[in-house]
Amino acid sequence: MSEKGTDRVKRGMAEMQKGGVIMDVVNAEQAKIAEAAGATAVMALERVPSDIRKEGGVARMADPRITEEVMNAVSIPVMAKARIGHITEARVLEAMGVDYIDESEVLTPADEEFHLLKNDYTVPFVCGCRNIGEAARRIGEGASMLRTKGEPGTGNIVEAVRHLRQVNGEVRKIVAMGEDELMTAARDLGASYEFLKEVKLLGRLPVVNFAAGGIATPADAALMMELGADGVFVGSGIFKSDQPERFARAIVEATAHYQDYELIAKLSKDLGPAMKGLEMSTIGAADRMQERSW
Amino acid sequence: MKIGVLALQGAVREHVSAIQAGGAEAVVVKKAVQLAELDGLVLPGGESTAMRRLIDRAELLEPLRAFADAGNPMFGTCAGLVLLAKEIEGQEAAHLGVMDITVARNSFGRQVDSFEANLDIQGIDEPFPAVFIRAPHIVHAGEDVEVLCEYGGRIVLAKSGPFLGCSFHPELTGDHRLMQLFLNMVENRELLPTTAHYSKI
Repeated sequence: MSEKGTDRVKRGMAEMQKGGVIMDVVNAEQAKIAEAAGATAVMALERVPSDIRKEGGVARMADPRITEEVMNAVSIPVMAKARIGHITEARVLEAMGVDYIDESEVLTPADEEFHLLKNDYTVPFVCGCRNIGEAARRIGEGASMLRTKGEPGTGNIVEAVRHLRQVNGEVRKIVAMGEDELMTAARDLGASYEFLKEVKLLGRLPVVNFAAGGIATPADAALMMELGADGVFVGSGIFKSDQPERFARAIVEATAHYQDYELIAKLSKDLGPAMKGLEMSTIGAADRMQERSW
Repeated sequence: MKIGVLALQGAVREHVSAIQAGGAEAVVVKKAVQLAELDGLVLPGGESTAMRRLIDRAELLEPLRAFADAGNPMFGTCAGLVLLAKEIEGQEAAHLGVMDITVARNSFGRQVDSFEANLDIQGIDEPFPAVFIRAPHIVHAGEDVEVLCEYGGRIVLAKSGPFLGCSFHPELTGDHRLMQLFLNMVENRELLPTTAHYSKI
């Protein structure tokens, strides 16, 4: 007898992405470039985060035609984004057979109170987090993979660094805590006691955690690996650079060999301008995507 | 005994734990120079196309083939099986091309079709818990290939000379019996049948 949609199958799929780069793409042509560069998966969407930020308006699940074209163009896994709490968008993506759904703060939330109950789906989900409490709540709802949020579409690594350091620092604290301290930590962090017990036992999060939101250069990607990310998502950073193919290849290689600094120097040479990027103080509180969801 | 895990991408940590649980030393391999000190090599699960790009850019393809040619045992799981195969259905070129099998990629379907099942494996007494994730399978096995397990009429585990390959991910369960089988192959490598095909590549 075989069983589909188990935790092991859903979390295992993310384990196979480790050490890899997942790239945002908006059409089949970009998906092929990503695959040829060595991406471990692509994220199909209608607009990359920097365009969503620039153009404004409500950002929704991509036109299924785009997602379908991407799925037909590549043999690597295809992920797609659904709005936070949008049960129907998520079910549509599942019915289309996408390999992973990102319940994403990059899109305009459909529900400001409740996230999806991801345990109910056969397709696995990845969700954003800024701290161990958010991580615990998303995993509690059934997320099979995490990514630290960063600040999408900025090309500025500062928030991605902040969130990854926060999550991993909290994991280290939990691991060092006495058993009798865990319940109080659970109250303070907004994480379940059972979850914290599991983190302490494993010495790490129970699911893969990638970094996202602001990675624009090979050195940025390598930095996130250095800080303990299992892999990286690159959104606007590739197809908003001057030379997407070279950027994509260089970021893939820098992620795999993140402590080979001579190689990263070589990869970064003459790459041309990265995406221009935004300084955080120029982004108003209402425009910070990381503040969406809790 | 030193066993490497090719660590360009994929489920490296899990294989390292399995090797250590079997009492061998595990080496995380990113460069060709590291191959010289190894008694065997594991090609982990991950994305085979991404691994191939990284193999090419790290100039590892010929060193890996030479490692195989020298009769060093190699164990490929899922993407690792695809890397070992002599032929890949629907693709012009293989990767290492050292094991006399033809594989079909993603042949059980997309992620929503990924599954767990208990397998009856030749030479292993109790059923083996297997996790299949967008898994490939062996559509054709050469004469010298020993089929160790079929599931739903498809070959999912096989052995040929120094090569062991499976469709599923033994590294995702705590069950180390397949890794033990591989470690035994490495330990008794002089007893492994030599096959002619990999010297032809």
